[in-house]
Amino acid sequence: MTIALGFLGIILVTLLGWLLKQTINVQPWVAETVGESAHHGPLGNSPKLTGLLTLLAVVTAFFALILSAYALRMELGDWIPLTEPQLLWSNTVMLIMASIVFQWTRNAAVNEQPGRLQAGLLLTGVLTLGFVLGQFIAWQQLQNSGQLITSNPANAFFYFLTGAHAVHILGGMYVWARATIKVVSGSQDVEGIRRSIELCTIYWHYLLLVWLVLFGLLLST
Amino acid sequence: MPLAVVLILLVVGSIIFHILSPWTFTELASNWGMVDLTFDITLYVTGFVFVVVNLFMAYCVIKFRYKKGARAAYEPENKKLESWLAGITAIGVAAMLAPGLFVWAKFVDVPEDAHVVEVVGQQWHWTFRYPGEDGKLGEVDAERITSDNPFGIDPEDPNGQDDIIVYNPEAHIPIDKPVKFLLRSKDVLHDFAVAQFRMKMDLVPGMNTFLWLTPTRKGRFEILCEELCGIGHFTMRGAVIVEDQSDFDTWLANQETFSEHNAKAKGDPVAGATQYAVCATCHGAQGEGVLIMNAPKLAGQSPWYLKRQIMNYRNGLRGTHADDMFGRQMIGMVATLADEAAVNNVVAYIATMPDNPAPATITGDVAHGEKLFRVCAYCHGGNGMGNESLNAPRAAGMSDWYMKRQLQYFKDGVRGAHLQDFYGFQMGLMGATLQDEQAISDVVAYINTL
Amino acid sequence: MSYAAIADRDHEREHHEPQTFITKYIWSQDHKVIAIQYGITAIFVGLIALGLSVMMRLQLGFPNEFAFINPENYYQFITMHGMIMVIYLLTALFLGGFGNYLIPLMCGSRDMVFPYMNMLSYWVYLLSVIVLLISFFVPGGSTGAGWTLYPPQAILPGTPGKDLGIVLMLGSLALFIVAFTMGGLNYVTTVLQARCKGMTLMRLPLSVWGIFIATILGLLAFPALLVSAVMMLFDKLLGTSFFMPAISSMGIDPGYTGGSPILFQHLFWFFGHPEVYIVALPAFGLVSDLLSTHARKNIFGYRMMVWAIIAIGGLSFIVWAHHMYVSGMNPYFGFFFATTTLIIAVPTAIKVYNWVLTLWQGNIHLRVPMLFAIGFIFTFIHGGLTGLFLGNVTIDMPLSDTYFVVAHFHMVMGVSPIMVVFGAIYHWWPKISGKMYNETLGKWHFWMTFLGTYAIYLPMHYLGFQGVPRRYYAMGNTEFLPESAQALNASITMAALLVAVAQILFFINIIWSLVKGPKSDPNPWDATTLEWQTPDHPPKHGNWGDKLPVVYRWAYDYSVPGYKDDFIPQNVPPDEAPAGREHGVKH
Repeated sequence: MTIALGFLGIILVTLLGWLLKQTINVQPWVAETVGESAHHGPLGNSPKLTGLLTLLAVVTAFFALILSAYALRMELGDWIPLTEPQLLWSNTVMLIMASIVFQWTRNAAVNEQPGRLQAGLLLTGVLTLGFVLGQFIAWQQLQNSGQLITSNPANAFFYFLTGAHAVHILGGMYVWARATIKVVSGSQDVEGIRRSIELCTIYWHYLLLVWLVLFGLLLST
Repeated sequence: MPLAVVLILLVVGSIIFHILSPWTFTELASNWGMVDLTFDITLYVTGFVFVVVNLFMAYCVIKFRYKKGARAAYEPENKKLESWLAGITAIGVAAMLAPGLFVWAKFVDVPEDAHVVEVVGQQWHWTFRYPGEDGKLGEVDAERITSDNPFGIDPEDPNGQDDIIVYNPEAHIPIDKPVKFLLRSKDVLHDFAVAQFRMKMDLVPGMNTFLWLTPTRKGRFEILCEELCGIGHFTMRGAVIVEDQSDFDTWLANQETFSEHNAKAKGDPVAGATQYAVCATCHGAQGEGVLIMNAPKLAGQSPWYLKRQIMNYRNGLRGTHADDMFGRQMIGMVATLADEAAVNNVVAYIATMPDNPAPATITGDVAHGEKLFRVCAYCHGGNGMGNESLNAPRAAGMSDWYMKRQLQYFKDGVRGAHLQDFYGFQMGLMGATLQDEQAISDVVAYINTL
Repeated sequence: MSYAAIADRDHEREHHEPQTFITKYIWSQDHKVIAIQYGITAIFVGLIALGLSVMMRLQLGFPNEFAFINPENYYQFITMHGMIMVIYLLTALFLGGFGNYLIPLMCGSRDMVFPYMNMLSYWVYLLSVIVLLISFFVPGGSTGAGWTLYPPQAILPGTPGKDLGIVLMLGSLALFIVAFTMGGLNYVTTVLQARCKGMTLMRLPLSVWGIFIATILGLLAFPALLVSAVMMLFDKLLGTSFFMPAISSMGIDPGYTGGSPILFQHLFWFFGHPEVYIVALPAFGLVSDLLSTHARKNIFGYRMMVWAIIAIGGLSFIVWAHHMYVSGMNPYFGFFFATTTLIIAVPTAIKVYNWVLTLWQGNIHLRVPMLFAIGFIFTFIHGGLTGLFLGNVTIDMPLSDTYFVVAHFHMVMGVSPIMVVFGAIYHWWPKISGKMYNETLGKWHFWMTFLGTYAIYLPMHYLGFQGVPRRYYAMGNTEFLPESAQALNASITMAALLVAVAQILFFINIIWSLVKGPKSDPNPWDATTLEWQTPDHPPKHGNWGDKLPVVYRWAYDYSVPGYKDDFIPQNVPPDEAPAGREHGVKH
């Protein structure tokens, strides 16, 4: 459980530290008019970003707990390390590319270059779907080589971790799809599209990070 | 105002309830008196806080209740007061924590000279294993568990050969000797708890846990399972008997070792046939059961169950209740079986008899009986064929009038009342869930359809 | 969201103004309607759970007298009672109900930041409740594994509902967690981003603080339950061995190898302990506001109260294994967890002192909400103090898994939060409905509930002293228990029946108030917080009419010296004379 505690500790210390900073030297009973931004949160005026970061904290807790379970379960006698399919490497490259292209698309959106948006979004989508498909094929390869989910706890965790990660990616694809449809259909909601792309980019980078951590862990154990 | 009065009355009443309560800790029977002491310290500290804070609150409610024209004080905070209160609380908490940690340090430190008793839990009974003369327990493995080797002991392991196996829920330990209970479960979580010992610990399948104590008082102390382990959880009882070393040694010497258990001869049906002649007069030549003789069908009944019941009659665990007329008859009859080997033989002979379903004599609401039987099915199986690992005999196809009578006996405590008829006691708890004679008829009528 | 951005939304609000019955009351995105939907659903399942507890009490008080309670459904009843009460009633009601209703109103926002997601949260919650209730009617019935759902028994024969029952239970929990996460993101983001101008964090009412920190705990703790639920589903449906060791179940080898039941317990309690505070912290917050308002006095030591909530929230993540002292985990953990657990007593005690000190030198109106608030303090002190026994590893040995535990956690997270629930419903009922409730009926409801529950749970501790184990369908003939223990059990059952019946008074009161109740004043308690200052009463969609409020002071300006009124609403500027009403409160 130390892994989960570590991650949660970072999240909690950050948040509680901010809260304490906000509250420590205040004399709340003094009635007065306060500054323009006193009612803003730690990120200023950005509810969607706050919402997204909160969600990422929840997802972090989720994966940290699985990793904790992984570490605890690994120590019990019957663990046989799994040899990961080589395909995972190319999948990883694809996910890295997706992240890079998304960043490029985001820069285009911020710099008001709408012409690049469509190509950027579609390419990201193809790369990301390629990753998910690649993961699925990797499952198939494992199945065909007799590495079933029940064969060993290492296998069970492999399927669980990759599956949980893929589900999170597919969730992101929903937001991506909405933004893409807007762009393709020529929506005039430039501001909305830009926000969506910005948030999606953060999410993509985050899931790439999660994948790199998971992949590193799977390779090393 | 009534609120303040009630608050005061509740505080005073709680104290009086506590003082007058006959419901206290059971009389201690182990070295863990320090647990009780820690408890007392916590009780006094928390009791003091309970009284003071609540009485102060009641005082406030009286003194500062709403009065027209009155005005509350304005005081956002009082750092000094708050710090003092926090400090005093911290001291109180430390006063409770320190003895707790001190005692716990004793618990995690098992005395070197503690002798070992292994407790093995399974749904829903206790069994025990003692290391033999070599002082070592043999290796065990869940995959080796069978009805012949219920502990799953490795037959190749020399350490296991002299292990003493106690396949019933009563353990003996000598007084004043520290004992380390090694806890192990075959299936689900259980919890080994003896109220008088003050300590308890879960049995976890796949790993070994422990607790230790030194018994300080002779007697029979009940073991209750205190971790939910399925529908029979509340029937999972046992006992630890604390006795003098000499009594303990005698008892231990009478128990079977693993190798003795394996070497024991199987029953011989040919020899059993002659001995069965006596039984045949009532139960019928083919063990088919004879209603007018009040003798139930034996053919097809689980052999381990027949043997246990015969032994129970022999050892005075069954048929001794004044209301069990037919049981008393049986005591006389089983006396014709000279020893355990004879019992094995006759049981082996009965196993060779043709198994034809007993005729149905009981009628009842089968649909209702089916609902009732859902509970029975957990042990006796959906098909009513019984399950040895649950100590549940076969019910389907057996004499229904006999089952009805026995269910009534279990319900009324005529059967299963003897302290050492452990499985009968379990059935008593279960049988009591059948409300009345009609319910018994219904469930038996359903069993007839299986 | 900035003030400007909210103002931007003001015109947008026109589109969002609900038009038809359906969009107004069913597919509503209005946080107040969603709150009421959450509240009604939670109380509805709560009533089912109450019914289940009555069944259990009947069996315990009068063993084997009732044909409709057999061991199988007894274990199903205890499981569903526990799960419903903890998750589907208390968590949903405090956060989905009170959180939804109060956060935007108390923060001075028009609505939650993500109203559509908020609506979705309720509907997924409803779905989880429906899945849960379906499990009563599937073959084999609902699960009887106890609310802790410990493997291996939860998925093995020998436990009721080991097939469909447990699968539906885990599925329902997963849905609930999804619903909670959608709601929780809203609550956190709204508190952080959508407060009105001038509403600094330290001007928030403690209700919002309690709900806010509880939501953060929930968001970080519920994933642990999700992970354990998914892994157990894998074990059950796919045959993996996350939690399942090699065993021999009823003489049969089910084919598992090497898993760890303790691993499940760690994950479960990693969620399960914060869960206690997910229920308790909102109760702490709400009761603080009730006490302050009805005592006409600022909450004593507001800053300490906020920090105590934060400290308790943080500490709640490092005490989970105090539920596992007898689980067979490494006994050395006992030192650490006993210490952290007892440390939590300090901030908790500070909260209790400050509640009582709020009454000190107050001008206390003993209206129904205040009665419940003081009832809360009494029961919470009792339940909190018994926690010091169980948190201390040594004393937990004789007491764990006995009725002492049952009495303790019912007192601390059953009775005392329910006291707050009722107090808060009576307190905010005029705001929600625009009607007053009946004071006399409310008082009867309080007295029967308060005295009745104490009569249930005080004696129950003593069954625990004797060693009566929990989760026993019947004791039968147990040598070390005197006959009087059964008499005690019977009297507890009588008290439980009384409490159950007393709840009818609450519903009569609600219905009477809706049908015949007098219209309430917009601010009947002369409270300072923003929800009582809405232009419409009850507040309409968008809450604030044309203009958002601006806040100039904290939530506890009661009886400020030098002012005529004994309260100053948060949105009254410092230089403005307080509203010229008669001194004192009408009642």
